[in-house]
This record gives sequence, C-alpha cells and structure tokens, in this order.
Amino acid sequence: MAELAVELRNVWKRFPGPGGEVVTAVRDVSLKIADGEFFALLGPSGCGKTTSLRMIAGFELPTEGEVFIHGRPMGKTPAFQRPVNTVFQSYALFPHMTIGENVAFGLQMKKVDKGEIQRRVGEALEMVRLAGYEKRKPKQLSGGQQQRIALARALVNRPEVLLLDEPLGALDLKLRKEMQLELKKLQREVGITFVFVTHDQEEALTMSDRIAVMDAGVTLQVGNASEIYEHPNCRFVADFIGDTNFMDGTVAEVDGSKARVVLTGGMALWAHIPKAVIVTPGQAVTITVRPEKMHLRPSADEINQLTGRVTDIVYIGTDTHYGLVLNGGQAIRVREQNYSPESRLLAREGEEVIVRFSVDAARVLTE
Amino acid sequence: MSARRQSPWVVLSAILVYIFLYAPIVVLIVFSFNSSRTNVVFEGVVNQGPCGPFFWYCEFFKNDDVMDATRNTLTIALTSTFFSTIIGTMAALALQRYNFRGRNASETMLYFPIVTPEIVMGIGILVLFSASFGWINSLLALAPDRRLTMGMGTVIVSHIAFSIPFVTLVVRARLHGFDNRLEEAAMDLGANELTTFRKVTLPLIAPGVLAGAMLAFTLSLDDFIITFFTTGPGATTLPIYVYGLLRRIVTPEVNALSTIWILVVLIVVGISQWFQNRE
Repeated sequence: MAELAVELRNVWKRFPGPGGEVVTAVRDVSLKIADGEFFALLGPSGCGKTTSLRMIAGFELPTEGEVFIHGRPMGKTPAFQRPVNTVFQSYALFPHMTIGENVAFGLQMKKVDKGEIQRRVGEALEMVRLAGYEKRKPKQLSGGQQQRIALARALVNRPEVLLLDEPLGALDLKLRKEMQLELKKLQREVGITFVFVTHDQEEALTMSDRIAVMDAGVTLQVGNASEIYEHPNCRFVADFIGDTNFMDGTVAEVDGSKARVVLTGGMALWAHIPKAVIVTPGQAVTITVRPEKMHLRPSADEINQLTGRVTDIVYIGTDTHYGLVLNGGQAIRVREQNYSPESRLLAREGEEVIVRFSVDAARVLTE
Repeated sequence: MSARRQSPWVVLSAILVYIFLYAPIVVLIVFSFNSSRTNVVFEGVVNQGPCGPFFWYCEFFKNDDVMDATRNTLTIALTSTFFSTIIGTMAALALQRYNFRGRNASETMLYFPIVTPEIVMGIGILVLFSASFGWINSLLALAPDRRLTMGMGTVIVSHIAFSIPFVTLVVRARLHGFDNRLEEAAMDLGANELTTFRKVTLPLIAPGVLAGAMLAFTLSLDDFIITFFTTGPGATTLPIYVYGLLRRIVTPEVNALSTIWILVVLIVVGISQWFQNRE
C-alpha cells in the first residue's frame, strides 16, 4: 500500500444524549486510507459514517483514539488548521458572497496574493465547467451547479484530503448518476485522496476504490467493490450491498474452506466458508446466495440442487425474477437474465423446480 | 383563485380602525400649527416671527431645557442601544448554538421581563439601585459629592436591561433556520472563530441585529415609566420633560416636539422593518 493519507486508529466518539445518557456514535474504528484513493464510508443513517468524517475534518474530536493525516497526529488541531477541505451535503455556500468570493475564501484565509487567487479561482471554475460564473450569487444557480461550486471551493485550496459528506444526496437521480462519473473522473485528474460518505450502496460501488461498510458505529468490512459484493463477511454487509437470499441451517460437516449445511426442512448444500468466519459442526449458520448466482436451468454437474415451488414471476426487462418457496418453507428469489426468449419461460407459477448454484456462490455467515 | 369582492362593511370597519389609530396623531400635528397658546381650540395657522407657521417649532428649538432633554434622551438611547445590541445578540447566538443544561429555562427567563408590567420593573430597579447605592455609600464612607446617586448612569443601565430581551427576540427570529454548516464551511476553509464570525455569521445575521438595535433605540427613546423611576438631577429625558410641561400648560410647543418625535420614530421603525424584511 502506498503512503497513508488518512488513518483512524482505535477511534471512539461518545456524545451526551438528549436524556443525559451517553450515545456512542463511533466504536473503536480503525481505517487506513491510501494516498490518492477514492474511499467510501458506506452505511445506513446513524451508523457513524458522518461522525467519522467530521472527526477527520476537525469538527468533532475523538473521545478516544487518534486521527492521522499523512502520518501527522491531529490531536486537538481545529478544523481551520487541518490540511483537508469538506464538501457539505447542503453545499453550505455563503449566500451573501458571489461565486467568485465563495471559491476565493479559502485562498484569502491563506493570504495568497490577489493575482494568484484570481488565476486559481478561474482554473477551479473551469475544472467544474462553470467558468464565467464568478459574479453570480449561489441562489441563482441550480442544485447541480451549486454542488460543483462547493467542489471547486474545496479543491481550489489543493487539500491533502477532500472530504465529501453525501455530496450528491440532494440531487435528482439522473443528475446524481452524471455527477458520480464526473466526480470519479475529477478525482483521477487531481489525484487528491477523496473520502466520501454515502448511504447509497450503488453510489459507493460505482465510485470508490475501496469501501468501508459501517453499522452501529462499527466498521464491518473494508474492501473494494467486488470484495464487498462477492465476499461479504457478515449478514449485514451481504444484505446492505445489493440483493441477496438468506437460508438458515446447521453445519453438518467442515471440509477445509467448505461446509456441508443442512437447511431447516432437511435439504443439504455445500457452501464456501469466508476467511473471517470460523464454524464447527452442529453450529447454526446463515447461508447467503445472490439471486443472480442461482439458476433454474438444469445442469448435471452442480452439487447444490434444491427443490422448491414457484410462487411468483416478475418480468423486469433485463431479468426475470422468480419467487420460490423451498421444500422446508424458506423463501428465496432467483434472477435469470433474459438473454433469450426462453429465460422468462423457465417455470410457471405453482410449478415444482430445481434451483442450482455453485459452492462458491453460497457463503456461510455466522452473524 | 377568483378575485373576491370585499364587503363594504369590512372596508368601512378597517377605515374606522385606522381613523381610531391615527386621529390622535393627526390632531397632534395639526395643533402644532395652532395660533392659540392652548390645545383646546384651533384658531387658525400661526404665522409669527421669522419661522411663520413653524413658530412653535422654533420656540421649542430655542428652549434650553428641551435641548438638554433631547441631548440626554439621545445619549441614553444610543448608549443603551449599543450595549443591549451586543449583549442581546450574544445571548441569541448562545441560545441558538449550544444545547446546554437549562437552556429552555434561561430563554424563558430572558423573555420574562417583556411581559412583566413596566411599573413593576421600574419599582424593582429603583429599590435595587437605592438600596445598593445606600449600602455602598455607607460602606465606603464616600464624601457627599462622590456618593453614588441616580442619574444618567442608572437610566442607561436600566434601559440596557429592558432592551436586551427585545434584541435577543429579534435576532433569534433571524437565526431561525440559520445553517450551522456555513460556519463549519468557513472554518474548514481556514477561517478561525473570529474571522468566521466577522465574514460569515455577522453579515448573515446583520439585518436581524440592525432591526434589534432599531427596536432597542425606539424603546429607549420613548420610555417613560422605567426612566421616571431611575432618573435623577441632570438626567431629564424628553418624555419626563413633556410630562412635566403637561402638569402646567400644554402649549403647541409640546405638539411641535411630539411631531418631530413621531417623525424620528417613524423613520427608525421604517428602517428597522426594511432590514427585517430584507432577505
């Protein structure tokens, strides 16, 4: 791994709650974010992702632990002395200043000379494709434009790390998709480390080099998009990222990185055991299989074959979704891609079918 | 929506309300041009001396007592406005920003003087000042000419006190919906607390602060009750002076003074409204 841009070492944050109780927003979080990385903090609201970001920015101080930026411990360094800049969800553009004054604000604080400020503000506005907007007021701009100004206002300072707190949250879907790609491209161009907070898993998968999935103040899993999607290490991650099926069962046999699991209802299957998971025979576990990794088309050479009855069929264009109840009562969904007309005619409602999937597609989870 | 025709009764009653509100002011202004010395009968427009119809206005400008009272009133109003605006704005910011224990209680307590009868506050302040002055004077055994007495100082202090809640109320209204992220954004961009306040917070709340200051100014300008209880020799304000005049004879001079006064208050209130309505 290259040099670390940001490191959180055993960081805790506790707040006094409204009723005098202590609320723990962040629990023992340790993160290593490499220089030049596009890193996402992903989780549902209240998971501690924004608090973690605010501790990097300096708006909050950790109750315990330490935040490092390029190896330097931040301690109690106030926000205005940290080499980072933030893009806020609400953009937080100064309404009483023009766009030019907004973008120049950071450089003025650094006492950069006037000519240089003017040149860099011009460059920054060009970078976000809003050159010539200097004289306008924030209110005269659309949401997407304001968002780009907020970006320019932060990037013009050439921060060591750019922090983004749900920056696309207020935009409509189409604009958001555009901005996702634009942000990703921009990050490649400027080469600055981006730390990005979002609750939108698709957004995190689209943009980030690596993702930390958080829940209830804890980082559950850190990895790149495919690691997180293909190899979830716990039920929450599997459920939060994309769609998945869960089946409950008991471990019957362990063979290296595979386990034979007997499902509730008696059917058995073989599933992969992730590195972080340790199981012993007799243990109750959850099996997760992504719907697109399950198939209704018969094939002789797959070990895992479960029988069930089709309860509903939904055609959504690219795919057909089959709802099934397995013998034993567990409900699952199977997604068949519509690459031929037959894929939507693989089964009829009420028909008994065989579902097959590979051993690697099924994963044993303990929590 | 279709345009609705107003019932003539609604229009009539509205007109009557406005007549009721403004008739005294109109009469007051008309009588300031009266040629008679009394305020009972209008005997035609005065036309006397170099000032013509504005005779009474000139008379009042020649009156040293009036000019002294005007000077006192303005000194008190400006000083108390200055301090109450600063303190009231600070209180509003603290109430907005910090979620401290007893915040709601302190806010209610801050606004309580607004609904307390002024006479009660007046007596309270009088008792407080006379008791504590007496105690300090005897404790320090001050010479008679150096004793603490009621005067400009006590009036200013009490005006500051009763203006603070009004300023806080107005500034709080302006702060409602203030995005704290704006201050964080300024700090994030390298501005320390003071610069953030100067460059971001203050410009954004300035209309509220100015409106609060205008309100404090007009309240101080026409306050009678509290001033009456806290004033002393050499600290006669215009309301106190006019009250003194009324006990003898009401001349059109008083009307002229009142007319000017109304104009000043009207201008100040207008400016205050303009600031408050401005985005």
